[in-house]
Amino acid sequence: MERGQIVKISGPLVVAKGIPGARMFDVVRVGNERLIGEILEIRGDLSSVQVYEETAGLKPGEPVESSYRPLSVELAPGLLGNIYDGIQRPLDIIRAKEGDLIARGIEAQAIDRKKEWDFRPVLKKGDEVVAGDILGTVQETEIIEHKVMVPVGIQGKIKEIHSGKAKVEDVVAVIETPKGEKKKITMLQHWPVRKMRPYKEQIEAKEPLVTGQRVIDTFFPIAKGGTACIPGPFGSGKTVVQHQLSKWADAQVIVFVGCGERGNEMTDVLREFPQLKDPKSGKPLMQRTILIANTSNMPVAAREASIYTGITLAEYYRDMGYDVALMADSTSRWAEALREMSGRLEEMPGEEGYPAYLPSRLAEFYERAGRVITLGKEKRIASLSAIGAVSPPGGDLSEPVTQATLRIVRVFWALIAELAYQRHFPAIHWLRSYSLYLDDLKTYFTKKVAPDWIELREKAMALLQKEDELQETVRLVGIDVLSSEDRIAMETARSIREDFLQQFAFHEVDTYSPLNKQYLMLKMVLEYYDLCMNALKKDAQLEKLINLPLREEIARAKYIATDEAEEKIKNLHQRLKDEVKKIVEEKQVKV
Amino acid sequence: MGKEYTKIRELTGPLMLVENVEGVAFEELVEIELPDGQKRRGRVLEVTSDTALIQLFERPTELGVEETKVKFLAKGIQLGVSEDIVGRIFDGWGRPRDGGAQIIPEKRLDIGGMPINPEARAYPEEFIQTGISAIDGLNTLSRGQKLPVFSGAGLPHAQVAAQIARQAKVLGKKEEFAVVFAAMGISFEEANFFVQNFEKSGAIERAVLFLNLADDPVIERIATPRMALTCAEYLAFERDMHILVILIDMTNYAEALRELSAARREVPGRRGYPGYLYTDLATIYERAGRLKEKKGSITLIPILTMPDDDKTHPIPDLTGYITEGQIIIQRDLHQKGIYPPINVLPSLSRLMDEAVGKEKTREDHRELSNQLYATYARGMEVRELALVMGEATLSDMDRRYLKFADEFERKFVKQGELEDRSVEETLDIGWKLLSLMPKSELKRVREEFFSKYGTWKEKEKAFSAAGK
Repeated sequence: MERGQIVKISGPLVVAKGIPGARMFDVVRVGNERLIGEILEIRGDLSSVQVYEETAGLKPGEPVESSYRPLSVELAPGLLGNIYDGIQRPLDIIRAKEGDLIARGIEAQAIDRKKEWDFRPVLKKGDEVVAGDILGTVQETEIIEHKVMVPVGIQGKIKEIHSGKAKVEDVVAVIETPKGEKKKITMLQHWPVRKMRPYKEQIEAKEPLVTGQRVIDTFFPIAKGGTACIPGPFGSGKTVVQHQLSKWADAQVIVFVGCGERGNEMTDVLREFPQLKDPKSGKPLMQRTILIANTSNMPVAAREASIYTGITLAEYYRDMGYDVALMADSTSRWAEALREMSGRLEEMPGEEGYPAYLPSRLAEFYERAGRVITLGKEKRIASLSAIGAVSPPGGDLSEPVTQATLRIVRVFWALIAELAYQRHFPAIHWLRSYSLYLDDLKTYFTKKVAPDWIELREKAMALLQKEDELQETVRLVGIDVLSSEDRIAMETARSIREDFLQQFAFHEVDTYSPLNKQYLMLKMVLEYYDLCMNALKKDAQLEKLINLPLREEIARAKYIATDEAEEKIKNLHQRLKDEVKKIVEEKQVKV
Repeated sequence: MGKEYTKIRELTGPLMLVENVEGVAFEELVEIELPDGQKRRGRVLEVTSDTALIQLFERPTELGVEETKVKFLAKGIQLGVSEDIVGRIFDGWGRPRDGGAQIIPEKRLDIGGMPINPEARAYPEEFIQTGISAIDGLNTLSRGQKLPVFSGAGLPHAQVAAQIARQAKVLGKKEEFAVVFAAMGISFEEANFFVQNFEKSGAIERAVLFLNLADDPVIERIATPRMALTCAEYLAFERDMHILVILIDMTNYAEALRELSAARREVPGRRGYPGYLYTDLATIYERAGRLKEKKGSITLIPILTMPDDDKTHPIPDLTGYITEGQIIIQRDLHQKGIYPPINVLPSLSRLMDEAVGKEKTREDHRELSNQLYATYARGMEVRELALVMGEATLSDMDRRYLKFADEFERKFVKQGELEDRSVEETLDIGWKLLSLMPKSELKRVREEFFSKYGTWKEKEKAFSAAGK
């Protein structure tokens, strides 16, 4: 085969001369060690190649060979439960082959070719099919049924269909196209990562992605198919929030991309997920999860690809009709990888050295999320939600990555260092965050949870807002000048913050709070406010209302086990009413 | 050995461009011979079909384009290792500095290292007792963790680091343990402080030192931490030892990197540091850890001085994004005479949750630390309030918080440089301090612990007695 030759090496960028038929974004093999790379630029017969592996030791003159195929992922049963690097090489196989360290030029297939699956046909010989139709299913894990679909670009009549045991490369169906071509379909399919997988149409997002995190679900919900970002300085708990979401979000499939982050964090996920049970099915969470790990010390170019690898896998499961959620931690590291490559290509830098196309690349990524009707004759509604962490340098939200992200995503969870210092976790700020899905989700919450859900939320927000204003006054002239009503407002706001919004991720019960419990808890906290305001009208003593012993129990309501929550919290409600009544009566007796 | 080249086209700062070369590999090591026989070293930064851009490790003084010979050594920067390396002092380039002989290497390792497969990592969960309450009590260190110390110019971070190196131990275990110490651009006195400290405590026998001092070549600094970590990896993963690596001062390292980047005319990122500073730091810090199938471990404590005590400066900022927490040394605590001047509020250990509790330290550790933290945070708020409005305006409760904050700094944080507190002692001091507060204010600890570990009874009485 004809090959090109290396003429220049500068970090992860290699320039090669004379690659025959070079095309943009084709994958190439670089050097004698056959390192994986991708063509980024072509000038005359010179091609600039971004190499996904460490380039030390490469020499000019070594060969460069094109695969004439863009960077693609393998799609087939066997993806779930796996951990891949940024270009979909399974890390467990790399470890088995090479030991504890990641050597270069390793070739490892993403999908196990030898494993046999039980293919159950859904359609039969003679059926007319279009792209996206489900040919058959395979039980991939105990909780996820993998759907083998007619690949994009193929339609026609089924000539043959297999039933029973099959490996991923075995032909499971033969489709005759209208032109009379016979297409052999295997379970293993490929898709270029930088290309969005098509769907029929995008539809409105109407259901919340329930996460079990009170500040998110009640205050700043994200819809299934929505986009969100979590910017925050280091130590503010970004990663814990991302982990919580991947554990508890009620998506059916989770793709977690650890992009340029800590190695131990991925280890933590690998250690914890197989043990954690999915709240719905009771099966290990790993059975619905795919991990992409390109840690900060792994080659920077593969970090750039990892985000695309992740979202393509997510789209694939969406196309089967699942609700999928993708977490990317962190998109800032991805942007930095982009910046590094751009610098090496000697492109004109934009803001802070980032390339001028940073915002459009970010937009392209988030636009791949959405709630859609998938391809295929049968109307399948599915969603892909994308949640990206952003790590702004110095916590400064005016930096380019945060700003470009905020222009695209519809939910903003602002992590604030001060809250983390006060050990208020999750450190999502109640006044600075927002969700633009509130209106879309209103119907769901009022119909499925409680008619007064929105009302309660608004009331709580108003109290928090008021607290913020009152705090100014308190700071200037002291708490004693506040009216009794304002004192109660302050106390209630504190209770909302401490007893409702603070949630302990490592507590076995508090780590996940179902919607109904969230509702009851908030209602109780606000009930305290109403009762006290009424009591004040009847001249009840302020100190007694503030120091109500029962408030301690309210504070501990978050630890009440989910199955007992309803009964116990209702009981607390009742006792709260009684005790406030008592305080009012005491007052009247004295008079 | 390889061919010699003499066609030097350019010398700019620490960079040299050589022409008409062939067969040169990226990142290859280079030896440069001056007309008078002096030798200099460099590394290939960029290579094309006939030119090589070389980064010089020493100052280019006396270097000219004529009569200078350049030899490519067909290998990267390597460190020769063997078990004899323990107890020795080297310069930043791995050459003996203690007057001893060259070690006879068992093998030579490329200092760049390879990334650890996340799949092969074991999670750090073994508590290391440092004997320092502010760390053990509230920001614990675990085996395999990377926990930096953020300090400022003129603060006693060296003492803190030396104390950790001296006292660190895993409870109930007797294992092979060693310290690998790398100095980048610090002064002779500072380096000497460590050397003497290690000598005094006898720790020198189980230490390896790499010293690149302030007057040593700046660019050599880029190799120094990698030398140290390569040595640590060898000892930890091939010799089953538990290694504590101390890198001081990462700020000097980053500045060397900036100098090099500027010389290469790269597009600068924030404050002139190269855009790849994060990735570069990560390739150093991420070499810490534990492996599932290896006995040894690498625990990493990088120390950096924050320019102008600014935590948002790129070096501490990017470090914080990579490491698993940070210990912050604060100037005003130091000025108050508190040693170690660790401000526990912005300090953090991300791995603490796994390292403490029943069977590891004590069952009450987690909750107690949360409570101390929260109470101290509130105390600090009150202190600020008192500054603005005067202490007279404070409520009784606020005063108790204020008192708590003062006592916390004086009794819990403050301790002697040679004082090695056990974790039980640390926790007991914590409980004594909590008893300054009424129980109703302490929502973060379980009630059963109040009676088990608290010292309330007498205290409450004392309080009410004092009140009367």
